[in-house]
Amino acid sequence: MRITQGAFSYLPDLTDDEIKAQLQYCIDNDWSVAIEFTDDPHPRNVYWEMWGLPMFDLPDASGVMLEVDACRDAYPVHYVRVSAFDARLTRQTTALSFLVQRPPEEPGFQLERQEGPDRTIRYTLRSYAGDRPVGERYGRGDS
Amino acid sequence: MSTEAEGKQRWSAGVQSYASMGYYDADYEPKDTDILACFRITPQPGVDPIEAAAAVAGESSTATWTVVWTDRLTAHEHYQAVAYRVDQVPDTDQYMAYIAYDIDLFEEGSIANLTSSIIGNVFGFKPLKALRLEDMRIPVHYVKTFPGPPHGIVMEREYLGKYGRPLLGATVKPKLGLSARNYGRVVYEALRGGLDFTKDDENINSQPFMRWRDRYLFSMEGVNKAVAATGEVKGHYLNVTAASMEQMYERAEFAKEIGSVIIMQDLTIGWTAMQSMSNWARKNGVLLHLHRAGHGTYTRQKTHGVSFRVIAKWARLIGVDHIHAGTVVGKLEGDPATTAGFYDTLRLDHIEENPAHGIYFTQDWASMPGVMPVASGGIHAGQMHDLLNYLGEDVILQFGGGTIGHPMGIGAGATANRVATEIMIKARNEGRDFVKEGPDILREAAKTCPELSVAIDTWGDVTFDYASTDAPDVTPTPTNA
Repeated sequence: MRITQGAFSYLPDLTDDEIKAQLQYCIDNDWSVAIEFTDDPHPRNVYWEMWGLPMFDLPDASGVMLEVDACRDAYPVHYVRVSAFDARLTRQTTALSFLVQRPPEEPGFQLERQEGPDRTIRYTLRSYAGDRPVGERYGRGDS
Repeated sequence: MSTEAEGKQRWSAGVQSYASMGYYDADYEPKDTDILACFRITPQPGVDPIEAAAAVAGESSTATWTVVWTDRLTAHEHYQAVAYRVDQVPDTDQYMAYIAYDIDLFEEGSIANLTSSIIGNVFGFKPLKALRLEDMRIPVHYVKTFPGPPHGIVMEREYLGKYGRPLLGATVKPKLGLSARNYGRVVYEALRGGLDFTKDDENINSQPFMRWRDRYLFSMEGVNKAVAATGEVKGHYLNVTAASMEQMYERAEFAKEIGSVIIMQDLTIGWTAMQSMSNWARKNGVLLHLHRAGHGTYTRQKTHGVSFRVIAKWARLIGVDHIHAGTVVGKLEGDPATTAGFYDTLRLDHIEENPAHGIYFTQDWASMPGVMPVASGGIHAGQMHDLLNYLGEDVILQFGGGTIGHPMGIGAGATANRVATEIMIKARNEGRDFVKEGPDILREAAKTCPELSVAIDTWGDVTFDYASTDAPDVTPTPTNA
């Protein structure tokens, strides 16, 4: 399966030039940019690991791109996303978020059903990769 | 025009003009705390427009048809609404009447109370041929007595984990007749294919062909399967509209218990019922969608009724997370400038007076969260550039027929809509002139997406190009700049 989180997951994976164009759009809007990674892509996993601090007052996209590359090198089989943050009053929230890397294989989720009374069902999502320890869920990326 | 009656004359038994009783004062300066209303009045032939405006002020506040001595037991001037400005609409028999109401006239946090005054008796008043409430200025002092949206745009996006693009939905069709099992199939296919939400239609409640509880259970099976298939949070608006609050609470509680992130209600249930459901939604952490069923009966005609921008303001005050607000390009009424006024009213924190958009008053929301507007009715993937241009990205685009009617199937229809959305956002962010290049951008994306290719071939030429009945009087003067 292909996890379709982020703003551009239904398009072919973005090239580095395309990623750079999106980063430039974020910078032009005075948004800060953060890079995060995870091997737990459960849709309710809000807090991915931070690759350093969010970057503020960026002059251009090149510097961010170096950090994206560094994160991808360090975590070659993790999900990596870029999120832009709009700190303006009444927003103060993420303005754009998209994946810049995904594991080569995505086993996806099992839907577990716990049957309750009166035909009700409790649903739980379990990541197939989640059975393995953190850091080894999608392989080690060194093969 | 008759001036205000002095001293004893004001209290002579019998009938006096409203203007002379103090309901008109051209020198009145509205207070910051006043609630202001702008009415479009069409007086009967021979009725003086200022007297008509004063009558509207009177009948929507303290007045009755004759002088009553019991007014003298009150500080009556404090409670009398005042018409303070009357402008003729050029080349018509209509007038814009601006009326100020003291905040003391209204119960805190009650739209039922506000509307019983402002759109109460006065709309049947014989000396007026027609009357329309065009806009209201709700002072921050009154805004702060309302809870506002249970979640609002920002919280909804953080709850769903979806940013930087319009959300996508579809109303299950046919709107009547499907069994619960088949209904859940449509939910599953549309969500799995790429939509964020599916939706009950306004008139799906609990009919013999599908009872509400069965629909809820099958729909949630579809939702959860689609979540597992995509790794995204998704939802189906479960309509809790019913004949009584007891039934609505029962349905809402069940929706919450089986894990739905969102419920919906119809405008037809009334302001008090909607406010109760808003309280419930806030208390239970469930998003609340409002389908504006029935609004066209009083919002559409330009000379009589209530403008939708007023309905939008009331809805933001009582607190809903979504409200249908027009598409511009779809099958339902929606002048671009008027619709922009609705969207601004729902989303922005501060809206400047802008008659070209039908906004007659500057409105401050004092950081009350925004309501997510919903565009629904006759829209399709081939219009994506226009939709993004007119409506922006904080919007839910709902493609019912445009998803379910796709020749390759419901999932394919959903994928076409999602791909069209993402490619248009991507192009806009890259700095392309997406409005002009929109059709090319879509065709380019369609080369690697057969679902989009088929959607464009099927609906690419479909437009609904009719004159609007609800357009602003003021159009900006075209310039060469």
